[in-house]
Amino acid sequence: MEKTLKITINGVTVEIEQGTSILEAARQTGVIIPTLCYHKDLCVAGNCRVCVIEIAGQKRLAAACATPCEEGMEILTNSFKVRNSRKHIIELLLSEHNADCTRCYKNGNCELQKLASEYKIVTQDFIRLVESKNYTIDMFSPSIVKDDSKCIRCQRCVRTCAELQGVNALTVAYKGDQMKISTFFEKSMMDVVCTNCGQCINHCPTGALVEKNYIEEVWDAIADKNKHVIVQTAPAVRVGLGEELGFEPGIRVTGKMVAALKRLGFDAVMDTDFTADLTIMEEGTELLTRLKGVLVNHDPEVKLPMATSCSPGWIKYIEHMYPDYLDHLSTCKSPQQMFGALAKTYYAKARNLNPETIVSVSIMPCTAKKFEANRPEMHDSGYRDVDYVLTTRELAIMIKQAGIDFMKLDDMHYDRLMGESTGAGVIFGATGGVMEAALRTAYELVTGREVPFENLNIIPVRGMEGVKEASVKIENPLKEWAFLDGVELKCAVAHGLVNAKKIMDSIRSGEANYHFIEFMACPGGCLGGGGQPIPTSPEIRRKRTEAIYAEDAGMPLRKSHQNPEIVKIYKDFLIKPLGEKSHHLLHTHYSARKRF
Amino acid sequence: MTTGYQLKRADFIFKNQNDWEEILSKNIIRNPQDLINDLISSELKGRGGAGFPTGLKWKLSAEAVNDTKYVICNADEGEPGTFKDREILSKVPFKVLTAMAVCGHVIGAKEGYIYLRGEYFFLRPELNKAISEFDYYCREINFDFTIRIFMGSGAYICGEETALFESMEGKRGEPRNKPPFPSSSGYMGKPTVINNVETLAHTYTIFKYGAKRFYDLGVQYSRGSKLFSVSGDTPKPGIYELELGMSLSDFVDEFGDGDTKAVQVGGASGFLVPRKRFGETVIGFQGKLTGISLPTGGSMMLFNSSRSMFNVLDNYLEFFREESCGQCTPCRVGCQQLLNGIKAVKRGEKNAMYLDKLLRLTETMQYTAKCGLGQSIANSFSSIVENFREEMIY
Repeated sequence: MEKTLKITINGVTVEIEQGTSILEAARQTGVIIPTLCYHKDLCVAGNCRVCVIEIAGQKRLAAACATPCEEGMEILTNSFKVRNSRKHIIELLLSEHNADCTRCYKNGNCELQKLASEYKIVTQDFIRLVESKNYTIDMFSPSIVKDDSKCIRCQRCVRTCAELQGVNALTVAYKGDQMKISTFFEKSMMDVVCTNCGQCINHCPTGALVEKNYIEEVWDAIADKNKHVIVQTAPAVRVGLGEELGFEPGIRVTGKMVAALKRLGFDAVMDTDFTADLTIMEEGTELLTRLKGVLVNHDPEVKLPMATSCSPGWIKYIEHMYPDYLDHLSTCKSPQQMFGALAKTYYAKARNLNPETIVSVSIMPCTAKKFEANRPEMHDSGYRDVDYVLTTRELAIMIKQAGIDFMKLDDMHYDRLMGESTGAGVIFGATGGVMEAALRTAYELVTGREVPFENLNIIPVRGMEGVKEASVKIENPLKEWAFLDGVELKCAVAHGLVNAKKIMDSIRSGEANYHFIEFMACPGGCLGGGGQPIPTSPEIRRKRTEAIYAEDAGMPLRKSHQNPEIVKIYKDFLIKPLGEKSHHLLHTHYSARKRF
Repeated sequence: MTTGYQLKRADFIFKNQNDWEEILSKNIIRNPQDLINDLISSELKGRGGAGFPTGLKWKLSAEAVNDTKYVICNADEGEPGTFKDREILSKVPFKVLTAMAVCGHVIGAKEGYIYLRGEYFFLRPELNKAISEFDYYCREINFDFTIRIFMGSGAYICGEETALFESMEGKRGEPRNKPPFPSSSGYMGKPTVINNVETLAHTYTIFKYGAKRFYDLGVQYSRGSKLFSVSGDTPKPGIYELELGMSLSDFVDEFGDGDTKAVQVGGASGFLVPRKRFGETVIGFQGKLTGISLPTGGSMMLFNSSRSMFNVLDNYLEFFREESCGQCTPCRVGCQQLLNGIKAVKRGEKNAMYLDKLLRLTETMQYTAKCGLGQSIANSFSSIVENFREEMIY
């Protein structure tokens, strides 16, 4: 048991654990102290100073987030001095901020705006500083728009990029009044190591970092009678979207989302989960082929461990940081891009549509998917495979714009052909999900038996630990997989690029001897993606995770190879995993990028 | 005229350092606790400006349990109008090195660093020579203590001790949150004693002459002598060692040009004292001596009646606007508001009442800024604006 301390907050004596910050202590006792630079995901910076409080006997105010409680402390969170100072600080931030709120993408979801409203900052006493600084907006990236005029220098993005992702694309540059958040040589976000993961957007309190939105483009396409607009929805969207539309975190809204998309006017609403299942078929087969290449043929060209390739943030990360390990990447495209390539081939053929008229839209929990859709590698259908990528947040905006009362919608089902999925496809949205889905199918493929975990739940790969490990021993395989008899398949799962780095470094040093590794760029996997509703926190991500696994548990089919539409596509179109058609449409290669 | 607070010259710091080998070898065999007690009874306080009791600082680090500890000499002398540390390092470097080594002995550190201001690059060759001679002697007497120079890059903020650690660790020079304090978690997260150059030089005096001799200098709460960097409108600019606790009028009598209008005590982050308060102002640390007492890093800038106090303040604020690290709101934005604000008042774009709003802002900066820099800007701003308000407006 930790030692407890007695302190008083606003005259009320409370007991708290030693080591608790004043901010946490206040929250535990129902006292709200405003914050800006503080974020539960990040280390304490203590630089915005909005959370200052008064400690009896001290002349100076202390930052509640950065000051630990001490025995007998008398804390005032709303004294004359505190209120005046806090108001000053908000006024100072506003004087440096492009407070053109009605024209801001984050209007209504901005922490600074909320504080200004709470403290009723209605006058403009201080001199406006922002106009004299000649800021330019960086909008070259297909994923992220960076507007320094709205930046309050809280450095949450910098800490996110460094601590959660280990990428350090965003850093602090210059000092004093010139201090700003910038990139290497102030290049565009498009031209630096940025992985487009969007975690900086999720953690930005203002509109300084937002996704590049394609809402109007999609509305235009829907309005165009000559276009057949289809949409796919990623697994994690269904457990996040509700948060933007009035639900608590952790509520699944799959059926309502499908209904809303149909009301928005999409011609077909299908599921990325379908291509997640397809990914398992392709990637699982690829893994087994690689195992054979190494264990039987001893082919030095075949690389193990094999790394998953679903997360476009992770792809760009390895291109920049570990380009010499690119041939460890599965050649599978991500489910989004598999869907895109099939939409303008398989779907077009089945529905007798001219692929030229198809506009393929995807709803993703992710901003890196916008970059991915824009890659030159992603035109295998003969067209741009995915035309527009919208984040969960953008979809919520469209639903609101369309005047849909989301809560009152009746559930609807996805359209046929590429709308059926299994529990295995759904769990792609959580860290460890791809691994679990792959094991469910690969083990059965090899042994003819179900994977030896209760109810198919491979618990070791689930959960929020940064790096997870699991191993499955293969016994009594089918005849054609006899070479795997007795092999212990070693797997690892990493989420958050800072954890990906740990695994990659252990591979490079020769410490690690995995066969198969799942990498997800974002903390918690896609459900914690950079395109998901803001705010995010460990607690919110945990609730979304529970929702994902509940969705899986409730599915009648939970193994990718059982998906009838998967069976059908191999029968009618692809013929077999890693076949010629698959090779052409579903697989690709990536290339090295510079590291700055 | 106050009595008892006369200006008294002293001569310890620059006096012969040739006995450093003896001082070193004598003191590194003494009981650390005795050395700490000496420092505590001497009442030596930090000479960088903040005035933290040096003995206590060493004691806290000595008590911290860790295999690795560091001694750092803060030679990032960047306060405008301060130039004493440069002189110490070029004239009596062995005193500083010896003091660092004794500190190492006291707290249990094997490594010391001199964080040398970027602009003092020219001192490095001579200092390195001294260090290698020192190193040679340490090996001769089998004393394990290594001193290295770490070059700063010219940021004022890196003189703030935690920003200095960040800078040494290869990071951006930004002050840390306190606690933890350096005595438990400093450079590389290890217990660290960080002392100003002059403070270390004074410990040498104490080791040499004993705590009593030092304590007998100065006045209550402000013991010992101190180097003053005298500049501005004075016929004799330079560095002077004076006992603490002199009245400012005595000081001006000695150093003024007969027309002294105000003295900026403690550099840009210090206070401006107008002529009418010279008599009641005593240069020393806290403790109500008489009227006002001012701690100081040793910078004394004299201004005569030909100087515009608006220009003086404008100059300071421009300095701070640029030298703020930029991380915390009150300092980063506050500096810009103060500078733009006095300019707007001068131009008539804001009325004189705006100065009062700015004065209230400096209070907020003082209460809420993350480090000493942001907290101290209020000093010069309020003391200049309050005393020379008409010069700000007309």
